Parts: sequence; C-alpha cells; structure tokens
Amino acid sequence: MTVRSELVRRPIDVSLLIGEAASAGRGATAVFVGTVRDFNDGRAVTGIEYSAYDAMAEREMMTIAVEAESRHGPAHIVVEHRLGMLAVGETSIAIAVAHERRAPALDAMRYMIEEFKRRVPIWKLEHYVDGTREWTDPTKAHPA
Amino acid sequence: MSVNISVQFFASYADSLGRSRMEVMLPEGSTVLDLARCIAAMPGAGFLPPNPLIAINQMYAGPAALLTSGDEVAVIPPVAGG
Repeated sequence: MTVRSELVRRPIDVSLLIGEAASAGRGATAVFVGTVRDFNDGRAVTGIEYSAYDAMAEREMMTIAVEAESRHGPAHIVVEHRLGMLAVGETSIAIAVAHERRAPALDAMRYMIEEFKRRVPIWKLEHYVDGTREWTDPTKAHPA
Repeated sequence: MSVNISVQFFASYADSLGRSRMEVMLPEGSTVLDLARCIAAMPGAGFLPPNPLIAINQMYAGPAALLTSGDEVAVIPPVAGG
C-alpha cells in the first residue's frame, strides 16, 4: 500500500498525480477532480476561498485513504486538496487511485470523495460577482 | 480541581464569534456536552447548533467524551471540502 495525502497551497497538476499513482502492475487508475463552479444556488461565483483545520484535515484524509484500501484492496492512492483562494475552473481536489482492477479502483475513489465531503474539516468561503461573500452551508440540500 | 481547555473555532464560527480561540475552565470530569453548553451560553453564540461537532486532539468526539487539561479542542462547523 502506498498513500500520499496532502493539503497544498499551489495549483494541483492532475497529470502528475496520475503519473505518481499509476504503474505497470495496476491496470486501472480512477481519478476524481473537483473544480470551482461558476454558479451556486443561483448566484454567479468568482472564486472560492478554502480553509482548513490543517492538522486534523490531513489526519482525516489519511485515515480515509487507509479505509478505502482496507475495503477495496491494495492500491496506490494520491490525494491533494488545495487551500487558499481559487478562481472559477481551478482544481480544488484531485484523487487518483491505481488498482490492479477497475471496479475496486472506482469504488475506492468514490468512497474517498464521499467520506472527504462528510468528514474532512475544510470550509469554503464563496466570493460572488456582486462583491459579497458567504460560507458554504453543506447542511442545505444539494445534489451530489 | 478543574480542567483548562483551549478551544479553537474555524470558518463561519470564528467569523460569527469574532475570535478563533478561547480558554475555558471547567470542573474536573466535564464532558464535550458540558463544554458545548458552556460555549452556547456565551454572548453572541446563539447561532451555534445545540450539539456542534467537536474534536479532541484532532479526532471527532461524542458528547460523553471526557475533557482533560491540555486537550486540543476544536468546534467544527459543517464541513464543505472537495
């Protein structure tokens, strides 16, 4: 098992993550990429400021990656979540899971992003076109 | 005897309270629930849910978890990563 899980304050290069995770013995690499959307709840968004309880977030990200592997089998997992101010279209999170087979690769990747959203202490301050800002409230109903 | 706890607030909670950290002194044997009640009684804390997420030493803790002097305690707003 190999896991690298990290909070970063620089742009995420998804192709580097894929290259780091993939290898000849792992025929399936599942990738999730989250990007900043230009519209949320009917409001035009210019960017999102991400902040975290860094130490706990990194611990929880690693715990989730280890759980994913224990559920779905040996994999090479690489995760980066970006913090700071991100513009529309920039990557906020990338998860690459390389596994011998596609089904467990996809399942592990899906498990990780869902658990990240539920457990990792990271927050979004949305900036809108009209100059206002608001903390995202995930307790409101949203589609996945 | 009492326990001295340093409590951290983040994101919307820190903004609403106007602070990111406070020191709290509670009787020995106090729990997370006791701490939540203590914080909820603070001026300006009416926006907090009755049972906010609380972490002790960077791990989520239930309402019955005991607090010990020196614990790193954090009150966690609903998380929104990804």
